[in-house]
Amino acid sequence: MTDSPSLAVEGVSVAYSNGLLALQNATFHLDSGTICALVGVNGSGKSTLFKSIMGFVKPKTGTVRINQLPVREVLKQHLVAYVPQAEEVDWQFPVSVWDVAMMGRYGAMNFLRIPRAADKRIVEESLRRVSMWEFRDRQIGELSGGQKKRVFLARALAQGGKIILLDEPFTGVDVKTEEAIITLLHELRAAGCIILVSTHNLGSVPEFCDQVVLINRTVLAYGPTSEVFTEQNLAATFGGVLRQFQFEHSTIQDHDGREVRILTDDERPLIFGKDGHLEYKNRGGREELLKQRSEEHE
Amino acid sequence: MRDALYVGAMVATMCAVLSCFLILKGWSLMGDAISHAVLPGIVIAFLLGLPLAIGAFLSGLACAVSTGFIQQNSRIKEDTVMGVVFTGMFAFGLVLFSRTTSDMHLDHILVGNILGITTRQVWQTLGIGVVVIGVTLALRRDLFLICFDPGQARVLALSERFLNYLLLTLLATAIVVALQAVGIILVVAMLITPGSIAHLWTDRFDRMLLIAVSAAVSATVSGILISYHLDASTGACIVLVQSLWFILSLIFAPKYGLLRRFLSVRGWLDAHKKGPSAASSDPS
Repeated sequence: MTDSPSLAVEGVSVAYSNGLLALQNATFHLDSGTICALVGVNGSGKSTLFKSIMGFVKPKTGTVRINQLPVREVLKQHLVAYVPQAEEVDWQFPVSVWDVAMMGRYGAMNFLRIPRAADKRIVEESLRRVSMWEFRDRQIGELSGGQKKRVFLARALAQGGKIILLDEPFTGVDVKTEEAIITLLHELRAAGCIILVSTHNLGSVPEFCDQVVLINRTVLAYGPTSEVFTEQNLAATFGGVLRQFQFEHSTIQDHDGREVRILTDDERPLIFGKDGHLEYKNRGGREELLKQRSEEHE
Repeated sequence: MRDALYVGAMVATMCAVLSCFLILKGWSLMGDAISHAVLPGIVIAFLLGLPLAIGAFLSGLACAVSTGFIQQNSRIKEDTVMGVVFTGMFAFGLVLFSRTTSDMHLDHILVGNILGITTRQVWQTLGIGVVVIGVTLALRRDLFLICFDPGQARVLALSERFLNYLLLTLLATAIVVALQAVGIILVVAMLITPGSIAHLWTDRFDRMLLIAVSAAVSATVSGILISYHLDASTGACIVLVQSLWFILSLIFAPKYGLLRRFLSVRGWLDAHKKGPSAASSDPS
């Protein structure tokens, strides 16, 4: 059962202490082996949804079940791992890269938390997998944004969680690390994990997420990226907050060929082609999609 | 005199160990608030014939809980609420105390009286000290985790609430014991200065505990000796030596000291070794 996890969020409503609803009647289901993006503006209930999946907040109505069990039961099996946002961590703490990764193993140790040889081996493997083994004795504040992220990812790996939640994993992360993290997430997906990524970086979503949950106080839509991640749905999710640039009347001429280069300071842009087709950076591995689109054209 | 040194060393060790958690958790003000807020609890426990530590704990807890409650349900900020609550409780304790007849002296509660400690108190202090230090050190990894990343504690199904209350209990107990040595007014120094000194010296938590304990014990022993020879307030002398250690650390600490920062800003250290600021700006 643990090898093919499932996550079912069923009609979840969460209220703030002042009585206002942060989230209303949110429903979605995920099965083993998926990378799912949780997309919405700030204050749309993204982090509330995260917290209810991790059992930090109790839904007023509705249920969250993992492997058909209530969250509380699943947490005891240490199946839920999370990678916090960079702003939530105090980087001045006297704690090393090794110590942080070892925190993933606490659940498997006795109450004195004395690591056994097996724990040390797993932590070493995890740190090597994110290329942070050489930095194991560094204090965490001495790392770059991308390295910091990888340390916490190593902690999730060391824990062996099957449901992995990442909160804004690409904020403050260099492009190289972003690719490394994406590669690692693909490996975890292949191993059957359910990976839930909260992000407002729209452009990266089609590149590595196979499913999307769009939220704005409730789940507006969820399902495969190619079906759900449409201009129409995004407009509903973001309610006109997004900037749009139309290239229809741009100065690009025929002799420029197909090449358009777009620079942004931080986030990947999300690009829709004609008829609202999602555009991808590479054609590699998308032969079928290309074929399908040219058939549609004819 | 020898008794005073034993008790002083025990109190210093206990407070130093707790101080490392307190300053990392951002509970420094909480330590100050609780140390004042325990007074009514102590007096009431004394009137009812209960152990003083229990009264202190309940009173300290009431302070912490009501602060949280008022802050969540009003527009007043937490530090302000804390200031209002603990001074109010302290004042209440003072009124209760002055209406009570006991063999306790207000002076001894406010500024401590370690040189006049009785043999029974010595054994009590040593016993409680060993328990507090033992529990704290045994559970130090869990306690550290709830300071560093409470979320991780919760996804591992560790009870954050239990550990928070445990830390609060240890804190209240330590405060009651430390009152004898330094008094209510200065106990907060014992609970935050050693940890801050150690945080300037190291990037490893276990080393931080060791450094905090050494700084606190050495300051306490020398403070007691100085006060004996100068015939000055013992609690004040202990805290003064700690403050001196803090100032020296602030200036001379190897990595985070002001001197080091000054030199590396001037570029005088680059010839030898890269400073911490150079390492953190290192990309990728």
